[in-house]
Amino acid sequence: MQIKESPETFDVIIVGSGAGGGMATKILSEAGLNIAVIEAGPFFDPANPETRTQLKWSYESPRRGASSTRDFGDFDAAYGGWNIEGEPYTKKNGTKFDWFRSRMLGGRTNHWGRISLRFGPLDFKRKSLDGLGDDWPISYDDVKPYYDKVDKLIGVFGSNENLPNDPDGFFLPAPKPRLHEMYYIKGAKKANVPVYPSRLSILTKAINNERGVCFYCSQCSRSCSVYADFSSGSCLIFPAQKSGGQIKLYTDSMVREVVTDDSGKATGVIFINKLDRKEYKLNAKVIVLAASACSTARILLNSKSKIHKDGLGNSSGLVGKYLHDSTGSDRVAFVPDLMNREIYNEDGVGGAHIYTPWWGNNKKLDFARGYHIEIWGGLGMPSYGFGFNTNELNKFIGEHVSGYGDALRDDIKKFYGAIIGMSGRGESIPVESNYCEIDPDVVDEWGIPVLRFHYKWGKHEKLQAKHMHNTFEDIIDGMGGHVLGDKPTEDQEYGLHAPGRIIHEVGTTRMGNNPKKSVTNAHQQLHDVDNVFIVDAGPFVSQADKNPTWTILALSWRTCDYIISELKKQNI
Amino acid sequence: MNRRDTLKSLILGSVATGFALHGCSPKASTSNELPVSNDAPLYGRTESEKLRDKKLFEATFFNEHELLTIAVLCDIILPKSTAFNAATDANTVAFIEFIAKDIEAHQIPLRGGLMWLDSFSNKLYNKEFIACSKEEQFYICDQIAYPEKTEPELIQGEAFFTRMRNLTLTGFYSSKMGMEELGYKGNTPNVWDGVPDHILKKHGFEYEKAWLAKCVDQSKRGDIAQWDENGNLIS
Repeated sequence: MQIKESPETFDVIIVGSGAGGGMATKILSEAGLNIAVIEAGPFFDPANPETRTQLKWSYESPRRGASSTRDFGDFDAAYGGWNIEGEPYTKKNGTKFDWFRSRMLGGRTNHWGRISLRFGPLDFKRKSLDGLGDDWPISYDDVKPYYDKVDKLIGVFGSNENLPNDPDGFFLPAPKPRLHEMYYIKGAKKANVPVYPSRLSILTKAINNERGVCFYCSQCSRSCSVYADFSSGSCLIFPAQKSGGQIKLYTDSMVREVVTDDSGKATGVIFINKLDRKEYKLNAKVIVLAASACSTARILLNSKSKIHKDGLGNSSGLVGKYLHDSTGSDRVAFVPDLMNREIYNEDGVGGAHIYTPWWGNNKKLDFARGYHIEIWGGLGMPSYGFGFNTNELNKFIGEHVSGYGDALRDDIKKFYGAIIGMSGRGESIPVESNYCEIDPDVVDEWGIPVLRFHYKWGKHEKLQAKHMHNTFEDIIDGMGGHVLGDKPTEDQEYGLHAPGRIIHEVGTTRMGNNPKKSVTNAHQQLHDVDNVFIVDAGPFVSQADKNPTWTILALSWRTCDYIISELKKQNI
Repeated sequence: MNRRDTLKSLILGSVATGFALHGCSPKASTSNELPVSNDAPLYGRTESEKLRDKKLFEATFFNEHELLTIAVLCDIILPKSTAFNAATDANTVAFIEFIAKDIEAHQIPLRGGLMWLDSFSNKLYNKEFIACSKEEQFYICDQIAYPEKTEPELIQGEAFFTRMRNLTLTGFYSSKMGMEELGYKGNTPNVWDGVPDHILKKHGFEYEKAWLAKCVDQSKRGDIAQWDENGNLIS
């Protein structure tokens, strides 16, 4: 059957509707451009009561919120997960990589932790500082104006602390610390580890008349029905539609490839409509890829033509290379002083009210780069897993372990809210030998060749995880807690999560000034094809010890400004 | 209640739990036939998730004897008293039946563990666990409920009891009744303004002034944010 081709030529096709695609939709449509947005999953609006999970009770789920149908539990907003039926990926040489995909309008912005950290000046110039990886072709000063605009447009709470590599911004006021967070502050102080209000894109205060203000249910992972947290649909795409933008949404549509003409210029994309399983072609002057670092690499590698023999934008051979995720390791503690606590509503916002940014001096350490610490605990809603081995904690206070009956009931109440957890999330070193490529043998159910991953942690990442555990233990000591579980050993890579697990994968189409050593230029434009841009985290040269979303948003905006200006000059 | 009614109430529970199942089969004619639900509850499911829930509800995993044994164990673990409800009052058996179908890794350990329990009971008393007196049941549980004291040859029983205890605690405390007993206060819209003073004090804390200065003034939460050019909030 023939590919169905739309007669309309769009100004811009945007592939993907997450943070980068949402921002591009808003900025480019507001410039008057005629836009098609193509999303591989269904339409999703956090305000829709049919799909809403916010404020549901654990007992409204027959599995009490267990993670058997959604990886982060029944109430998490992500449609998709580590494994999607019919859309496999493979791994090479026994290495590990876990790839999380959300198939829905807004993508992973619907469920993420809203941790919205700017990269700092040092984060763009790491090679100059430690000789590893590469410098970005841009600096903090290039991105700062966009970070400022993103702060004001979307809203992020936090505090100006005048830190050298964790820049100030335009913050909404922070929520006060919870009780277990006060214990963390106490422990961290004793361990000489700094603590500040966290920086999350949640509205503790109004920023406009369209979005609601946080009502403190702690459930941002369920996506906020009053739009008080950031998600790409609620904060970017819907407002762009409301303000009259010419935006056509193609949902349940999986892009296979970018089409080019004989001169090598992109003319459109081919996608498969998941509902009728037919192929469609859309044409546009400019293609903006925002499918996520790995999905965009996959599309490029699958877009082979006479001129682009190894895939689109791949003359350097680097598409898919330098893939890197944040490092991550966690530890949990029991805090006896939190036993038998008086119960109050401790929900707060979705996520920690405090955090520890990287404070170390690498010159005195045996690893490069740093990590930040996220804190969790408190009087959460009981759901699947509640009470599992709770009374194991009795061994710390010299009482009977386990049992049944009224003594067990007492234990449950005694230990409720007496656990505190810490997660280190850090920067890895990007290397060419960590990559995704097309698996020559496997296609997904849409007939599209799938990705095959090859990824190994290096010594810097492992030693960083070791340092995390030493730090966690110092802090736990400082708060008078007991560390739970054994300290992970060298054989266990010091508890380092498998690559991909932190869901910060970046770097597959990295930017640079040298077309032989990078895929995109400083404007996230393919070196090889001037009307194709990438606004997801693919162009990241390095990940920083931050979370990528705020930088994706800022760089997408910056790239869109460039696209608008190039279109005006008729350069593309 | 007769045996069938007991089973029905164990599996279906009361409608008030929110774990509401609709449309019990009108012709539950044989004692083997357990009522099934027609609709999965509404908690924001996708179509494929609704279908999966429906299939799970329609399937049966445990047999009657197993269900009755689970019910006895649940109420040993969390018994009824003047102050508290029993685990089965919160439909914990129905939860365990569902979760065994939902998370298949539970199936063999639970089914095999129930059999282990009857074997042990037969050995001691020449009758199945549910036929034992309360005292006999407590004696059996005492052998496997305290991990540090379990005889080496009863370790498998300990693993089973631990799993039963975990599922009973989760099933009960994640129910409406259980949350009320626990005193859980959240999952409700509110204007959160920190830890109550008296609780902070009890733990020897107070908020530092410098930190509070960075925190939200809830009386101005509705005022649209404005900043000076240095990023200081001025509204």
